[in-house]
Amino acid sequence: MTKRFALGIFDDEDVLLHAVENVREAGVKIYEVFTPFPIHGMDDALGIERSRLPIAAFFFGLTGLSFALWMQIYMLGFDWPMIIGGKPHIALPSFIPVSFELTVLFCCHGMVITFYTISKLYPRWKTPVLDVRSTDDKFVVAIEVNENTDMTKLTQLLRDNGASEVNQKEMSKF
Amino acid sequence: MATLTHQESVTAEYLEVSPSARKKFILIIVAGAIVLAIGLLLAALGIGAEHHEGAAAAHEATSHGAGPAAGHHGSPAWLKRLIVSLWHNNVFFTGVSAIGTVFMAIQYVAYAGWSVLIKRINEALSAWLIPGLALMIGIFLISLINHDIFHWTMPGIMEKGNENYDAIIAGKSGFLNLPFYLIRMVLFLGLWAFFTKRLRDLSLAEDLNGGTEYFHKSINVSALFLVIYAVSSPIAAWDWVMSVDTHWFSTMFGWYVFASWWVSGIAAVTLCTIFLKQAGYLRFVKEGHLHDLGKFMFGFSIFWTYVWFSQFMLIWYANLPEESVYYNQRLGGFDGRYTWMFFGNLVINFVFPFLVLMTRDAKRQMIMLKIVSIAILIGHWSDFYLMLMPGTMKAENGFIIEIGTALVFLGAFLLLMTKRLSQASLVPVHHPFLDESVHHTT
Repeated sequence: MTKRFALGIFDDEDVLLHAVENVREAGVKIYEVFTPFPIHGMDDALGIERSRLPIAAFFFGLTGLSFALWMQIYMLGFDWPMIIGGKPHIALPSFIPVSFELTVLFCCHGMVITFYTISKLYPRWKTPVLDVRSTDDKFVVAIEVNENTDMTKLTQLLRDNGASEVNQKEMSKF
Repeated sequence: MATLTHQESVTAEYLEVSPSARKKFILIIVAGAIVLAIGLLLAALGIGAEHHEGAAAAHEATSHGAGPAAGHHGSPAWLKRLIVSLWHNNVFFTGVSAIGTVFMAIQYVAYAGWSVLIKRINEALSAWLIPGLALMIGIFLISLINHDIFHWTMPGIMEKGNENYDAIIAGKSGFLNLPFYLIRMVLFLGLWAFFTKRLRDLSLAEDLNGGTEYFHKSINVSALFLVIYAVSSPIAAWDWVMSVDTHWFSTMFGWYVFASWWVSGIAAVTLCTIFLKQAGYLRFVKEGHLHDLGKFMFGFSIFWTYVWFSQFMLIWYANLPEESVYYNQRLGGFDGRYTWMFFGNLVINFVFPFLVLMTRDAKRQMIMLKIVSIAILIGHWSDFYLMLMPGTMKAENGFIIEIGTALVFLGAFLLLMTKRLSQASLVPVHHPFLDESVHHTT
């Protein structure tokens, strides 16, 4: 599906941050902001909800912990019991380091995989770039537009808030 | 983003300790003294008789290697308990107090901006160091009369042929001898107090004159202090805590004690920040700052557990008699009188902060942080209790005297800390990173 975007190009991150606040206050919905580096406070300015990744992390960790405990108790307690250092077969203190490591391992890998998947950062995915300068030194505010949008008004709004130029672009892969 | 656009100017704020607050602190001291008196009376009126039997039995059962002479030397139980609990509380409060300067020094060296607004609380926390030093020397000298705390101070224990002779302790005489011990005590606490004073003076001069010169000087002072503290704090832990169990040793012990002090220090700073905020001070401290303090408490509770477990697991696994006697005493020794505390300690210091502070929202709510920091402070007080009591009091430990002493210390600590807090502006107005701290968001 093809979408049309108005792109406000900004030179300065502080100007951009205030512009985002003002544009949203004026009732314009911002599709996305593209910046060369993360900008502190941008998430709040854009009103992006907090990520639910920590919840996923908790359950990945829980999975790792359960797996580690099951593995050690089953292997050392039932499948192939061995006496090590005169301790009982199921000696919990000796299981803690492995359980800790596997909790961390599951948690980290799970989070990375989840994050890449929801951000569509898997192999062969082509990321559409609205303006290549947003990977260099410009900050780009993308606003989705259609035939009914008053372009002169929108351009004026962006320019009033410090945009150095306002372009339009069509994208097919959004 | 309201915080980014705000134009409010940051001005100095002065804490006024109201007479009612001061009265409250004095009330804590009085209450502590009353509890202490009741405890001493109860202990002196011979509840001890029944305990003595248990003590003897447990003594055989755990085969504690203190030697025959260690059996019944020392003061009567009530006096010994008083001296040991004075030592316990002073080690705890002085250690926590030093953390104020350590925390601030780390923030300086790391060029951290967020913590500038709570800097004065750290400075005030370290106000206890000088009375702590005086008390430490005083209690140590009193304990020498009957050798109530440190078995290695017994006369003749390091002389071959003496009836008190103990070959293992004699082997440690190069380190554990009175002059060197006292020199270390004075040197360490003196250095910590000196650097505290130095950083405080620089900070106050900065308030008056402004400029970045003081900031750069503070960084140099902090870096030097951190090196000194890193070397002296584990040695202090061996001296003040580990040498109680003279035969026993653990290479993790310095870190273990430091972790305990450190997390309690952060809890104390958090608690103080919240109390000041709720009293209407610290206008610019926002959720973000509390969030960071909460993260610190959460993280270092886990760090403490990590160190605790590292020490426990190696000893448990190797199961060498001279090492495992330490845990033997705490896990089931003396008829299991420390067992509940041993496990309770893990629950209050690890499980509770871990589960309660796990979510982001919990770290941003004052009430949650308040509950957890109080729990951590109580938990680590009892952690030190558990380090010191089995080695000194054996089966004659109790709680009334100890809690009374703790309340007396707490009241005095708060009096001194609030006095130091009220002596300067709560906001270091000319700190170069002040603006960053005011605009801090997480």
